Amino acid sequence: MSPLLSLNGLTKAYPGVVANDDVSLEIAPGEIHALLGENGAGKSTLVKMIYGLVKPDAGVMQMNGAGFAPADPRAARAAGVGMVFQHFSLFDALSVAENIALGMETPPPMRTLAARIREVSETYGLPLSPDRVVGDLSAGERQRVEIIRCLLQDPKLLIMDEPTSVLTPQEVEILFETLRKLSAEGTAILYISHKLEEIRALCDAATILRGGQVVGTCVPRDTSARAMAEMMVGSSLATPKAAAHAAGEVLLSVTGLSVASPSAFGMSLKDLSFDVRAGEVLGIGGVAGNGQDELLAVLSGELPCGPGMVRFKGDDLAKAGPEARRGLGVLAAPEERLGHAAAPNMSLTENAMLTGAAREGLARRGMLDWRKTRSFAERIISGFDVRTPGPENAARSLSGGNLQKFVIGREVLQKPEVLVVNQPTWGVDAAAAAAIRQALLDLAADGSAVVAISQDLDELMEISDRFAALNEGRLSAPRATAGLDVEQIGLMLGGAHGMEVAHV
Amino acid sequence: MIRIEARPQPSAVMAYATPVLAVVLTMIFGGALFAALGKDPLQAIATIFWEPIFGEFAFFYRPQLLIKGAPLVLIAIGLALGFRAGIWNIGAEGQYIVGAICGAGVGLAFYPTESVLIFPLMVLAGALGGWAWAMIPAVLKVRFGTNEILVSLMLVYVAEQLLASMSLGLLKNPEGFGFPGSRNLQQYPSAHNAEIIAGTGMHWGVVAALIAVIFAYVLLTWHRLGFAIRVTGEAPRAAKFGGVNPGRLVLFCLGTSGLLAGLAGMFEVAGPAGQISIDFNVGYGFTAIIVAFLGRLNPLGIVAAGLLMALTYIGGDIAQSQLGLPAAAIQVFQGMLLFFLLALDLLTNYCVRFGRAEVA
Repeated sequence: MSPLLSLNGLTKAYPGVVANDDVSLEIAPGEIHALLGENGAGKSTLVKMIYGLVKPDAGVMQMNGAGFAPADPRAARAAGVGMVFQHFSLFDALSVAENIALGMETPPPMRTLAARIREVSETYGLPLSPDRVVGDLSAGERQRVEIIRCLLQDPKLLIMDEPTSVLTPQEVEILFETLRKLSAEGTAILYISHKLEEIRALCDAATILRGGQVVGTCVPRDTSARAMAEMMVGSSLATPKAAAHAAGEVLLSVTGLSVASPSAFGMSLKDLSFDVRAGEVLGIGGVAGNGQDELLAVLSGELPCGPGMVRFKGDDLAKAGPEARRGLGVLAAPEERLGHAAAPNMSLTENAMLTGAAREGLARRGMLDWRKTRSFAERIISGFDVRTPGPENAARSLSGGNLQKFVIGREVLQKPEVLVVNQPTWGVDAAAAAAIRQALLDLAADGSAVVAISQDLDELMEISDRFAALNEGRLSAPRATAGLDVEQIGLMLGGAHGMEVAHV
Repeated sequence: MIRIEARPQPSAVMAYATPVLAVVLTMIFGGALFAALGKDPLQAIATIFWEPIFGEFAFFYRPQLLIKGAPLVLIAIGLALGFRAGIWNIGAEGQYIVGAICGAGVGLAFYPTESVLIFPLMVLAGALGGWAWAMIPAVLKVRFGTNEILVSLMLVYVAEQLLASMSLGLLKNPEGFGFPGSRNLQQYPSAHNAEIIAGTGMHWGVVAALIAVIFAYVLLTWHRLGFAIRVTGEAPRAAKFGGVNPGRLVLFCLGTSGLLAGLAGMFEVAGPAGQISIDFNVGYGFTAIIVAFLGRLNPLGIVAAGLLMALTYIGGDIAQSQLGLPAAAIQVFQGMLLFFLLALDLLTNYCVRFGRAEVA
């Protein structure tokens, strides 16, 4: 079969780094093609070139045998390329149909558009009502809005950037059904993901990038996830291992925690209760937006809660703010790296000061010791393999994975008694994710209590001793992880979450 | 085509180059403005920037530089602390007025007693007055979430009414033949903020401004509170996560800027101005906003910016009297400076590329 899209010798250099070096790739009509690689391997640059966001320095692209050089995304869309980004660009306050109309050059009348949205959503098994307000949708449903937005343009090639990172297992199944249906109709799909098992289940072919170059191709069905991961990383992978340890005394105990969300589109917490013991990792699963941010904010001390709801070694923490909790040994690492866990425009040294002041003795009677802070930042950088020229660089100059290593490292090195992390490896490549998980396990092995909030179930299965699911602001009773399978967990997560929409 | 690209790191060069560029652009466009008004632009610019320092009457104008610069720097330092944290005190003019009224009021209450304690008491009262006036928007913001920009600005007009009422009523000079305005403090030695070294313009306000500069520099660089201010301005959520109490920060920043503005008002009324009068305030509180930004919200930069601004004030006066330039033209000239500075600020975090789009 003649290829739908063929890339030949694509090269793109940015000052100081070659993002893509002589990359060639062919996608046949109806093929689901995986693009694999660590963060910074050049996947984004490659798809941006296909989508017309970046112009290659050298090399040619062909679409259906004809030259293809989109000047901008509009030209790419006209040629039949659709793209679903990892980060959605939707307006919370508008309805689904209004959001989709905003992205169209000549939107049809709202009623026609709504009918077409219904039609497409039924054809492809993506339940979605055009009248719903986006702010009320789950991440999975938001993604459907983006997918439908693309499908309305009848694309020949659909690019999906990390589509499953925000979905429950059940939602992933629905998405895969849709993608298989599209593929059967002849739409090619370029699928970017870190999740190798998914790629093995879904994709027909895979191209692996490392350092901007194609380092291999494979048929995912016939290749083990480990082999693919090793191709990505270029070396053998260490699987995080928990040392055997007995759970000790209860360090953090949460009883009847109910808190209203400070944000209009947030999720209030409803009657949460759990204990975490020394030496234990409690995994809290669930799709983001179900109270995860609020739970972290309550535990870090940013969001006040009622008396007696959160206790550390039996002491009520209701009156303790973030600084007081750090003093006691209760530390946290929020999900949002830029702007919450770190100040984007400030240097890594200054960001080390942000949470390290009390426990690392970086301030004496209010006066700051910058030399000590700098060496603390350097310890984080070397201890957690943060790739940066030095601690004086701004946080925003780091890639997501590197900044995440810095944020987690900053808290772990302070030897917390309780550490709460939210999405610790979100958007982080395999090697960095493994390092972060190992750090959390080591922390627990040294007698700390760790609360890991994550939507990556494989991750939670790997590191947590007990597991609970947070859905719609409610927490299921924690259960020992050993013996749970993914199906059961999906149901604990309120697996019906993705289905409910079908009968709205 | 012109395109704007985000820089991965804020440019250090641009952070220092933009104020200079802004001054140059202001000279060019200001010159064009003066030309349009039928004046020789080169002569006008030279009069504003050259005459006060190196001209024939420089011996008279040079002390003026300190006299006009000190209140600007003093107020701008306080404003900059708040601005760094994203707390916008626009009402320094009002705090300046209230500080002056309180300071002068305490002094006049003791008239004609002579004591070395009177002046320190006036300083205290001036600081307290400005602080209290700034605490109104601060408390309203913390307690009810009101917008400090609007409240502090509106309080300027309240303060102006208060000033008028004081100069016509409570503080009116009983021996003033019915003219509005208070007794002249320059003729009351215990309350007079006299020059420390005669003929230099060096009065206690200049000393206070220098202390404030050092205080602010140390605070922002070496103290936790200064760090809290900077983080809050850069990333409010990160600051809250780091343990900053936003409400307390609002109280501190507005309070400190009010206190410094009040001090400036007090030193002014007890020294260069001499008396409380209806037109006592001349806009230092507003000009200080320009000074704060022109100085990059950096204490040392503010010193330079304050002196530059003072220069345009003095030079503007000379240009007005010698060349007949309208006062409004001078104000436009000063406004241009802030305008260009804010516009060029873009270059610190973005770079501008010219030519055909090569999408990156």
